[in-house]
Amino acid sequence: MSLDISFIGILIGSIMASSVPLILAASGELITERSGVLNLGVEGMMIIGAISGFALMVITDNLFIAIVGSMFSGVIISLIFGFLTQSLLTNHVATGLALTIFGIGLSAMLGKNFVGIPGKEFPILFSSLRESIPFFGPILFGHSIVLYFAFALPFLTNYFLKKTKLGLVVRAVGDSPVSASNQGINVTLVRYCCILYGGAMCGLAGAYLSLIYTPQWIENMTAGRGWIALALVVFATWSPIKVLIGALIFGGITILQLHMQAIGFRIPVQFLSALPYLMTIIVLVVISRDSRKIKLNTPTSLGRIFYKEK
Amino acid sequence: MIKIEKRNDVPMALYFFTPFIAIILTILGGGIIFYILGFNPIEALKFYFITPISNLYGLSELLLKATPLCLIAIGLSFCFKSNNWNIGAEGQLTFGAIVGGGVALLFYNQEGFYILPLVILAGAIGGMIFALIPAILKTYFNTNEILVSLMLVYVSKLLLDYLVVGPWSNPEGFNFPETRQFSDSSRMPLLFEGLRIHAGIFLALAAVMLSWFILYKTYLGFQIKVSGLSLKTAKYAGFKGKTMILVVFMISGACAGLAGVGEITGPIGQLHRMISPDYGFTAIIVAFLGRLNPFGIIFASLVVALTYLGAETAQIFLQIPKYTGQVFQGMILFFLLASDYLLFFKVKILNLKKNELRH
Repeated sequence: MSLDISFIGILIGSIMASSVPLILAASGELITERSGVLNLGVEGMMIIGAISGFALMVITDNLFIAIVGSMFSGVIISLIFGFLTQSLLTNHVATGLALTIFGIGLSAMLGKNFVGIPGKEFPILFSSLRESIPFFGPILFGHSIVLYFAFALPFLTNYFLKKTKLGLVVRAVGDSPVSASNQGINVTLVRYCCILYGGAMCGLAGAYLSLIYTPQWIENMTAGRGWIALALVVFATWSPIKVLIGALIFGGITILQLHMQAIGFRIPVQFLSALPYLMTIIVLVVISRDSRKIKLNTPTSLGRIFYKEK
Repeated sequence: MIKIEKRNDVPMALYFFTPFIAIILTILGGGIIFYILGFNPIEALKFYFITPISNLYGLSELLLKATPLCLIAIGLSFCFKSNNWNIGAEGQLTFGAIVGGGVALLFYNQEGFYILPLVILAGAIGGMIFALIPAILKTYFNTNEILVSLMLVYVSKLLLDYLVVGPWSNPEGFNFPETRQFSDSSRMPLLFEGLRIHAGIFLALAAVMLSWFILYKTYLGFQIKVSGLSLKTAKYAGFKGKTMILVVFMISGACAGLAGVGEITGPIGQLHRMISPDYGFTAIIVAFLGRLNPFGIIFASLVVALTYLGAETAQIFLQIPKYTGQVFQGMILFFLLASDYLLFFKVKILNLKKNELRH
């Protein structure tokens, strides 16, 4: 294998592409968790986004409708979670699990007639610049608009949480719902909005997989990425910029693993495939060891039910 | 006028009644989904819930599928009761099957009464060890057990895949991803000629009895329940929190390992890639539907096993993917959690006249 400079550029570009669904889903979940809600249904919302995006593309032949529709279906499915946890005050962990199981089943049911249909080429931006500039070309140019959005999202999220009044409200609701409520903030409404936003981002993450990354519908095609996104939020200690870094590391492992397989590296495929999962565990151990550090950043009311006597 | 009031204590009768409400709502919800998909809902539901168990073979299949679900859910009830979120039972099942299967493969050309007990024991120990990983990381490194136990599911499945494709694959198997067939001495005895139901069901029943005894008659059970209700109280009472976390995970892992070994020594008879249709995940629903109560779990495992069977029947007769089973399973949990609202809140329909009198 020649390690020339242009190859490394292409490699970095493909690492970026594989980290997109993780960035989108984790950034969405981060906002949800910052408002004090733990939604373990990321995997289910992603797979619903993947099938509805792909189905809409096949039916309408319009990629814009497909992308927007996938986000909308993410919102709809997360509304179930929101209604249960916020209005009926159910346990977050159990409800999220139910959402994942339900989502995987429903997506397979809806996707029955879409298996084996080839996808459509998704337009890429600045494709001429990609070819003409060595090294930086494949890194910076020739990607889909979703990728550029995904890479801007952590910065936007950071700005939203730290610099806007609404961001402050979200953090206040997550850290101290009782005092936020006493200040006249409608805690339930804020949490509903954050849950639906998380659903939209997970839907988009799923659509990225079925429309852009591997443009086709395969049953269970999210393959655990939703769970890795959840782990990423903890990995990032609820900081949006660290989500970006973490997602790139995980995307890197995924791509490296594929390349090692391709050049006939002597380690069995399965061990390489297990790397992202083992890596998640190791990272969780390293960052969780210091319980003070975790506590400093964890939304204080994460996963707890808030109930206001009327 | 409707008024919603918080209840002071949960009425026990309602606590065990709401699962039935959830099941009825799930059946109605399923009917609506079938209708939307263009099927006659009554007929589709009949294929789903009645056809599969209308003969002896079907009933045996029901018990066959309920056995691992019941075993795993019994184990999980220890974790959930003490507020430990072990959601990686699927991984513990897989690792138990790997260890148990490894022992069975050692004896592939031998017969002997001691082989099956060894295989079963190995499976339980395998599951236990695998469950200890998230437990130790939680107790000593403060790591989130939900994520760790879940990540290990993928690791165990990849390990199984590696073994059946690579070192353990059947040398005479034409490169199929499977091991040798186990010898007859490694197989669970069948209970009836011609039916697949096997002695593993007694393991599940023993687990039910034992868990009832531990939870309701021993100090350990008391500790588990108190820690589940209030960690502060448990600390105040001087319970050893760390030891308890390790113990509940070990119990839970052993049960999942037993379930795995029951599958490979029962209906499967070898190791291959697909040893479990996500029993480890579905058992979480069984545990909740059974209200974390040993006898409730027996009932719940039969209900959820029926969704598996129904999905298979519906796939044959209605050509819908067998994943519909998961749609039903998800709905059961949704409706169960939703109906819990009735446990904690009283919905009162107020009589206006009385209201006026009060003023």
